[in-house]
Amino acid sequence: MIHLTTPLGDEVLSLRAGDAVTLSGTVYTARDEAHLRMMEDGIPFDPRGAAVYHCGPVIADGRVVAAGPTTSARMNDLSGFLLDAGVRALIGKGGMGPAVREGLSGRGVYLAFTGGCAALAAARMRLVGVYYEDLGMAEAVWQIELDHLPLIVGIDACGGDLFADVGQEAKIHFEQRFNT
Amino acid sequence: MERGASRLLEAVASATASALEEAETTLPADVLGAIEGALERERNPIARTQIENILENVRYAGEHALPICQDTGVPVVYLTLPPTVPFTPELREAVAEGVRRATVAVPLRPNVVDPLTRQNTGDNTGGGMPAVHVTPGDDLTITVLPKGAGAENCSRIAMLLPSQVGSVARFATETVLLAGGKPCPPVVLGIGIGSTFDGAAARAKEALLLSIDTMTPYEQEICDAVNALCIGPMGLGGDVTALAVKVRQGHCHTASLPVAVNVQCWAHRRATRRVAV
Repeated sequence: MIHLTTPLGDEVLSLRAGDAVTLSGTVYTARDEAHLRMMEDGIPFDPRGAAVYHCGPVIADGRVVAAGPTTSARMNDLSGFLLDAGVRALIGKGGMGPAVREGLSGRGVYLAFTGGCAALAAARMRLVGVYYEDLGMAEAVWQIELDHLPLIVGIDACGGDLFADVGQEAKIHFEQRFNT
Repeated sequence: MERGASRLLEAVASATASALEEAETTLPADVLGAIEGALERERNPIARTQIENILENVRYAGEHALPICQDTGVPVVYLTLPPTVPFTPELREAVAEGVRRATVAVPLRPNVVDPLTRQNTGDNTGGGMPAVHVTPGDDLTITVLPKGAGAENCSRIAMLLPSQVGSVARFATETVLLAGGKPCPPVVLGIGIGSTFDGAAARAKEALLLSIDTMTPYEQEICDAVNALCIGPMGLGGDVTALAVKVRQGHCHTASLPVAVNVQCWAHRRATRRVAV
């Protein structure tokens, strides 16, 4: 098991799709609305070496109640500017598209957390701050401190993409069964 | 009489809130059993870590009365009403009141927005929300099915030709192929076959109310086809892509074959309360 801590540096370049890692340190949640706001107004946190978590948490009484990943593919066309600004890791579920895979090339990784495991994730999180609270609970950018969140490298910095590989295999299985 | 009516409405609101609290923080025994069964037959090591995370998460959420998933979904409610209880606007409002209470008490993420302005109502109710489906019954029962968007967004409907009866499995499997890891597999598929365009979608969701302990040979055949894709838990590869497939059908026009596939993530949450009338 490889342990990562933010801010992330060149150590992420040696990770390979399929590796199991844990991540500690700061992550910033961001979904569709936050990405659009950041594209317009600028990134409100230091993006260099940062990790952005695709997540709309349940927050109550100043703490993280539940915080599993949201579907990352919704942010396929909204992530390039983050990687250009130095963000080293995108975290979510379900994988991302070819443009993000290219954007990560030589720069960063996409890390997958188990979808739906919101209580498990929250148990390893401490709420630190918030940006864009006016966007509402699910869409605000929450600054969260992680303690060893277990993740799988889904897309690496060398073009390795576990989701794309599985998808291609699935397509072959489908064709074999239904298109013969 | 008036007092009896308001007592019933309060009981409905309270039972709705209580059912939502149970559904959001625990999994039904049949669903938990299916996930444990998935761990037994999954051979892919990465896939196994995902199922282990899921089981640990469910255990932790139950112990601490926390939502299993941060996408606490939108409320879908199924009522059975005995002949003595009419479905009135007040009864509908009592169900909505139960949703509002659960939103604060559990707590639930406020997920309900205006479809165009995207303005959040803040309490998980709104126009057409909660979705309430009513059928006649012997007792007053309230079943809640909180539906998350990751899986719901991957659902599809098709108006097949009558000659394409053999293509239902293909359409369902293709739905999972296109979805990949997005709906949080291992999934449960509710498939509605027949009725009308809208009726097929309603049956697909109703199929998700059925126990996933057992499958008919037809359901098993579709489930096997989906699992042969090897998409696996979270789309990371593996043997278990679907926990179960459930089918509900209705008769249809001789020229029609509507088929709807309602995709449900592994967090297949539902709970029922019976209200004395």
